[in-house]
Amino acid sequence: MSRQTPLNAAHRKLGARMVDFAGWDMPVQYTSVIAEHEAVRTAAGLFDVSHMGEIEFHGPGALAAVNGLLTNDLSRCADGQALYAGLLNDEGGFVDDVVAYRFSAERILVCVNASNREKDFAWMTARARGCTPVDRSDEFAQLALQGPKAAAILQRLTPVQLSGVGTYRFTEGAVAGVDCIIARTGYTGEDGFELYCAPVRAEALWNALLAAGAANGLKPAGLGARDSLRTEMKYALYGNDIDDAHTPLEAGLGWIVKLDKQDFVGKAALERQKAAGVPRRLVGFELTGAGIARHGYPVLKDGQRVGEVTSGTLGPSVKKAIGIGYVPAAHSAEGSTFDVEIRGRPVAARVVKTPFWKRG
Amino acid sequence: MGNYPGSLKYTKDHEWARAEGSRYVIGITDHAQAELGEVVFVDLPEVGKQVTAGKPFGAAESTKAASDLFAPVTGKVVKANEALKADPSALNSDPYGAGWLVELEPTDGDTSHLMDADSYVKLLG
Repeated sequence: MSRQTPLNAAHRKLGARMVDFAGWDMPVQYTSVIAEHEAVRTAAGLFDVSHMGEIEFHGPGALAAVNGLLTNDLSRCADGQALYAGLLNDEGGFVDDVVAYRFSAERILVCVNASNREKDFAWMTARARGCTPVDRSDEFAQLALQGPKAAAILQRLTPVQLSGVGTYRFTEGAVAGVDCIIARTGYTGEDGFELYCAPVRAEALWNALLAAGAANGLKPAGLGARDSLRTEMKYALYGNDIDDAHTPLEAGLGWIVKLDKQDFVGKAALERQKAAGVPRRLVGFELTGAGIARHGYPVLKDGQRVGEVTSGTLGPSVKKAIGIGYVPAAHSAEGSTFDVEIRGRPVAARVVKTPFWKRG
Repeated sequence: MGNYPGSLKYTKDHEWARAEGSRYVIGITDHAQAELGEVVFVDLPEVGKQVTAGKPFGAAESTKAASDLFAPVTGKVVKANEALKADPSALNSDPYGAGWLVELEPTDGDTSHLMDADSYVKLLG
């Protein structure tokens, strides 16, 4: 039996098609993946992402404990800042990719992938030094309001001056009378906000946002659009593009690795890999032949399997068959060519600059 | 509910077949197109290719996933709907008309596994 978010009934009322995602009964689309995708690019979309987990570190040792787990450096952040980071195993592979919200040096909330919640909590509990994490996932619903109209819609419902909340910054305040963490973060490549609130208030918040944004073209958006939007940005999806066998250096996420900070789990492995050379890289590619690349399809060079596709779709905004995949470092430069094997046939592909989508 | 014309034969894989002389025109059902969501790419076999009943002969792809297309009868492809290459949206908007996929010349006359509309609707439950 799948877990349900507090918005399950609201999704069904809207006629959503529900699917199992990471053990959760989630809306994949309401009316059309492409229309929902386009709403986010041109107006705004509202996503239920309450399946995500939230793990809190609270106490005098919170900052050092979290920083000892994350690849990125939370000590360089200000209070009220959010940080994207990797949580690694000892071999440098991803346990998860997370966003850490620094309320203060003594209170940090880490947002984790739904599929990894239990694993992450166990890992953090086992490896954190000086502060014991608490799994608070059941105390939060999370709504993502994303798109160029997101700020205007949200501003109508909150006394918080949103112009004062920069990208990857957050604050606390009421939205439609519901107490929220208001974070200017997201997973779509658009401006937008992620709102954390108590589960019992989630439906009131959801309905208030949909009503406030209707005139701006706000649409409820499902996991289908979330996936096509993030793919156009080459944002990694855990379990697809990154996993425990791939390091952030291989995944093109060197920017979230700070080797000059305090020791963190996986640091030594990354230092070794950096010294030895990164053998494969996650690239963005376009198919120049006909077809759509999908997760798990082989990447071929001169007929030999040399890598694999981790994500692929027909990008609704870029209007091209785009993909993400691991290829040998030697074939990872922009302009490099290889084939993707689609139903037994090689289809030509070329490495391109990412993100695939950029506002024109 | 969906639309399932009585003049067509159906498979458990959600394809339809319409007899035209000795040949069959093949497509996907209203149920299949609704389940797929918006089709953004169709992979069809070349004319002349041999296909086998119950086996994949191509794919229909949404933004989310690729779904195999299964041949209702064993035979040779004599026509493929080239218009779908440029614009596959007819698979959703007109699955029994402009959204047809291929025309097959059967090489094995066995069609006993095909269902009439009533049986197919029952299968959908």
